[in-house]
Amino acid sequence: MSESFVCLKNLTLAYGDTIAVSHLSLNIHKGELITLLGPSGCGKTTTMRAIAGLLSPRSGTIEIDGNDVTKVPANKRGVGLVFQSYALFPHLSAFENVAFGLRLRKVSNIEIKIRVEQSLDTVELGEFANRKPSELSGGQQQRLSLARSLVLEPKVMLLDEPLSNLDARLRLDMRSELQRLQRSSGITMVFVTHDQGEALALADRVVLMKDGVIEQMGTPAELYNRPSTVFAADFIGFENIFEVREGALIGSDGSKIRGYNAPSGYLAWRPGGVSLGSGPFRGTVGGVSFAGEVWEYVITSPLGRITASTPAGNTPYPIGTTVGFDLLEQHGHRIKGAD
Amino acid sequence: MGKWTSFLVIGLTLTFLIGPFFIIITAGLSAGENLAFPPEGLSLKWYLAVFKVESFRESFALSMFLAVFGTLTALVLGVPAAYALSRYRLPLAETVKTIVAAPIIVPGIIVGLGLLRYLVIPLDFTVSLALFMAHTALVIPYAVRVVAASLENLRSDMEEAAILLGCTRLGAFIKVVLPNIRGGVLAAFILGFVTSFNQVPVSLFLSGPGVRTLPIDMLAYMEITYDPSVAALSALLAIMSVGIIFLAEKFLGFSRYV
Repeated sequence: MSESFVCLKNLTLAYGDTIAVSHLSLNIHKGELITLLGPSGCGKTTTMRAIAGLLSPRSGTIEIDGNDVTKVPANKRGVGLVFQSYALFPHLSAFENVAFGLRLRKVSNIEIKIRVEQSLDTVELGEFANRKPSELSGGQQQRLSLARSLVLEPKVMLLDEPLSNLDARLRLDMRSELQRLQRSSGITMVFVTHDQGEALALADRVVLMKDGVIEQMGTPAELYNRPSTVFAADFIGFENIFEVREGALIGSDGSKIRGYNAPSGYLAWRPGGVSLGSGPFRGTVGGVSFAGEVWEYVITSPLGRITASTPAGNTPYPIGTTVGFDLLEQHGHRIKGAD
Repeated sequence: MGKWTSFLVIGLTLTFLIGPFFIIITAGLSAGENLAFPPEGLSLKWYLAVFKVESFRESFALSMFLAVFGTLTALVLGVPAAYALSRYRLPLAETVKTIVAAPIIVPGIIVGLGLLRYLVIPLDFTVSLALFMAHTALVIPYAVRVVAASLENLRSDMEEAAILLGCTRLGAFIKVVLPNIRGGVLAAFILGFVTSFNQVPVSLFLSGPGVRTLPIDMLAYMEITYDPSVAALSALLAIMSVGIIFLAEKFLGFSRYV
């Protein structure tokens, strides 16, 4: 691994008396695309705002490219930010939106023209230079916002849920567009999102946050296959998580449901890991829905709520029927430390 | 029959609202020497006579000065206040809003008497200064409210975006906030101008010998001379107000802000 480019050391962030992030340390490498993932209120946006300089840390330091920038104001930090709402300037044309930062830097008019046009072309907005933001579609506004930051060649690019206001198809297009831009420019990117699919698809490394601390950090594959905590497992799609204690499987109400031969700790199953049809457990089909490849079930059982799936070729179990199911240890993911 | 009833109601309402205006305009067109309706003959002489009255010219200039500079001063004070109230969570924000709105709610007579008794007399202000301060104070509520309304529609992350692109906080306000609330500021100016220009009760208390605003001067003139020139002047002023509002509506969509 190359040395770290953005370095957050023991960062504590607060709004008034509310601590939003506590003692967070994170190293980001040059040219890396990192996603900060987590539910709302986990501190991911706050962390991003601190890197941008919009929020001063209560304690800790922020280094970018070897310099301590903790005290450097936001307008001198050389960090780009794409806002969730894009925050374009409505009174300026697309061209002038992109030129805004260059004009502040007293760049000559000729150079501004060249650089703005080039950067509008990069995001395929060349022909819309004279349009106002309100005359652009959501996806175009998004790309304009990106171009406005990229034209200044920031050391770090921060993106705050930039895809959440787009419709599903556009989101996929923009996702690959972002990846292409990041790979070709080699810019260091921090991408904030609450969408685990987006985080896993985009990132070199995913930082999962919860309640102001890092819950787990790793490559998308590591996080997807080996979540290290119950929260991480749940967030990443292990929908059935149960505790094993004293050789028994514990139901969601805390009572021992059934003897289970496994070491104490937690076991987690994705819906596909639950074998439906027969087995030592019984439950009632509470809901069934068609999801293309599979039927998805919600089953009520003494263990608690179980989600399971069966191949779409099979005839589905109707709602209300009692089915047997098994939770096989070899399909489960073990989580050691109980929280 | 419902249709005719509504025509009748609308007709009566319009008569009630526009009737006096019509009477004033025609009374000013009189060829006679006394203020009367219907006018005694028709002529434009009173409309022309208005411009020859020295005190009207002086008080018009004073009213104009107060309306323009009082409103500008109110905006210089009111725009930052509106900005602070809409952008920051201030501990006494509600109290400040109430106090700022007070000159709208409290009757002008009380404001005028209060200013006179507790500010102008004890501090020995000149009449012009007292009038200027009073007109500024009276317009501030409009400045704050109208500008605040257009700030509400402006997302604050736009300023943060400007800062991250290299602006200072003040630079972001000037380059990004102001251009986007320009309509609101202009609307506040027009509203403030009209309010100040037509203000009577406060000016009545604060006017002094030789220093009067136009409405007060017209009152004083009528006590001595009962000729149609006051009607002619009123008509001219009404037309001016209507013209300003009409232009504002046409170019600004004024009614969006007020």
